[in-house]
Amino acid sequence: MSRFAPVSSPTLTPSADYPLGHSDSVDYEFKSGAGLTEHTVRQISAFKHEPSWMLNLRLSALAQFNHMPTPEWGGDLSPIDFAKIHYYLKPSQQSVGDWDKVDSRIKNTFDRIGVPQAEREILAGVKAQFDSEVIYSSLKSFLSKKGVIFLGMDEGLKQYPDLIRRYFGKLVPAGDNKLAALNTAVWSGGSFVYIPKNTRVDLPLQAYFRINSPNAGQFERTLIIAEEGSSVHYVEGCSAPAYSEGSLHAAVVEIFVKPGATVQYTTVQNWYKNVYNLVTKRARVEEEGHMRWVDGNLGSRLTMKYPSCFLMGRKATGETLSLALAGSGQHQDTGAKMYHLAPETSSQILAKSVSFAGGRTSYRGLIQINPAAAGSRSKVVCDALILDSSSRSDTYPTNRIFNSQSTVEHEATVSRVGEDQLFYLMTRGLSEHQSETLIVNGFLSPIIKKIPLEYAVEMNRLVDLEMEGSVG
Amino acid sequence: MSLKVSHLTVRSENKILLNDISFELKKGEIIGLMGPNGSGKSSLAMSLMGHPRYQVVTGSVRLDNKDITGASPDQRAKSGLFLAFQYPSAISGVNVRQLVTSADRPALQVKRRAQKLAKNLGLDADLVNRSLNLDFSGGEKKKMEVLQMDLLKPKYAILDEIDSGLDLDALRLISDSIKSSSAGIMVITHYPRLLKLISPDLVLILKSGKIVKSGGKEVISRLEKSGYSKL
Repeated sequence: MSRFAPVSSPTLTPSADYPLGHSDSVDYEFKSGAGLTEHTVRQISAFKHEPSWMLNLRLSALAQFNHMPTPEWGGDLSPIDFAKIHYYLKPSQQSVGDWDKVDSRIKNTFDRIGVPQAEREILAGVKAQFDSEVIYSSLKSFLSKKGVIFLGMDEGLKQYPDLIRRYFGKLVPAGDNKLAALNTAVWSGGSFVYIPKNTRVDLPLQAYFRINSPNAGQFERTLIIAEEGSSVHYVEGCSAPAYSEGSLHAAVVEIFVKPGATVQYTTVQNWYKNVYNLVTKRARVEEEGHMRWVDGNLGSRLTMKYPSCFLMGRKATGETLSLALAGSGQHQDTGAKMYHLAPETSSQILAKSVSFAGGRTSYRGLIQINPAAAGSRSKVVCDALILDSSSRSDTYPTNRIFNSQSTVEHEATVSRVGEDQLFYLMTRGLSEHQSETLIVNGFLSPIIKKIPLEYAVEMNRLVDLEMEGSVG
Repeated sequence: MSLKVSHLTVRSENKILLNDISFELKKGEIIGLMGPNGSGKSSLAMSLMGHPRYQVVTGSVRLDNKDITGASPDQRAKSGLFLAFQYPSAISGVNVRQLVTSADRPALQVKRRAQKLAKNLGLDADLVNRSLNLDFSGGEKKKMEVLQMDLLKPKYAILDEIDSGLDLDALRLISDSIKSSSAGIMVITHYPRLLKLISPDLVLILKSGKIVKSGGKEVISRLEKSGYSKL
């Protein structure tokens, strides 16, 4: 019972039901059997009519996956049964560019997560991923005229096989880690973005990802290439419906930031509480290029994600703004990695986490400054807010500094929401839940300010929903 | 129309802090509450506002005839009660406009009025857009409490040491605010200076958790001469 509840009046426990926890019934044209075999991988590739180099890449990745052990550091991955997962689902509908032609049940799902509204408003282009296929896509004509490519990864591979072959897996090779190997073997969907030289895309490119089948793994693969002097902001939002069996989401994102280019990649992750969200995200930043990751993790049972920047050219910069919210049964093991490989490079990490109702957040970060990276700077700030005594937060920073002409700063704070702070807000007429939410949103605001407005509003709303019923 | 406190006895961690307190604060009136350190002035303010650390043993609190003795702090606020804190909490990332808007006040109106009130109180206009009370000076915090009172327009307000740490000009601005308010206001203070500026309708003296004296302005001058020990 809440500390601030009225005396001698019954307290109703608010429902903690997941607001997006609905599951629509959709016909799948093809659903691979559970488990991962060479046959499954060949089937996926054949369905997509892929070039043989991609099939070979998948097969060798499968071999690596089978030989690599499951990581034992970080969160607990032991409950994942790789043999029970369906690795490929294809809804019985082809990719279409016209909203009216989309199956009404699928539309219904999208309506609930808000894609069409977003589309009507300001989106430059939407790639909505429904399970493993991109079903709905649109791209405003001015983007095509500029030579900007914004396609589903499958479609991208069909149209630009040579371009993709040059970059695919070069930043996150299959052998990087077990989940990257898995993704390479069975990837499906994701986005392919190409921004030509000196082209600035002013509106954010947005993609919505969604898992809609029990035990469906989602293995999207995203590749972004920003040529010299170009700029782009890519936004992905994730939402999965409620299922009792565990789901696995293992994505790979590779971003090439060419000299003087600027890329921001924003994630709003709100997977349902049974999803294992294990994602490898990496950017390669050349001379005077700028990369910014905005990584918001609200849902999932366990997230392990550490967006990385490889600062390869002089004066390249990397920035990660990481936000994590962990409630009951959740573990957010998140952070960032910055590799300084060239002189005068700089990086900044701001990580803010909130744990409540028994949730756990961990900040895990790496700063590496190589001998060649003289005159480099890095600053790490991690702030944790813990709402109650059953919740937990840890910090695991690693700094490897290999030259003496660089500076690294690290600041960390841990704070609790105090009774007096809650009381103060309540005396202004806010309920205990409103007061906690306001404190949490205020704490997170330095990061929320950096994301597009409609996502910022959604993020605040999600924080509000997630924390409902946490009081007491 | 009044905030009526009847025979209120309050304890915290098995210690009686307030003993059989009764008074009535009428709408539009001002009560001055004084008393030595540790006499229970802030405990009374906290108890009236419903802080969970203070438990009512006996007695009642009625706001315009509605019993709010066991109500939660937000219910009391919604009924029209306000407390200006002696030590206001800082809230990172939340400004005063967001706070007041969250309490169901229209945003645009709040913005306009907050700016106007800040000007009247001699507060830097930028403060209404900054994290509430974070790195504010002592005087800025006190003024911000008064600004919130003026924004929320309560029926009854308790101002706990709103004058501590204020310079003379600030004291005058705040006393103007108090005098022009239509609310019933209880002013808790250590110093006769503020009470002289606002001329309260009633002065109460609290000592060891009990009201030991109640009277008009003459109580203040007597206190100035001989201190609390003679009361």
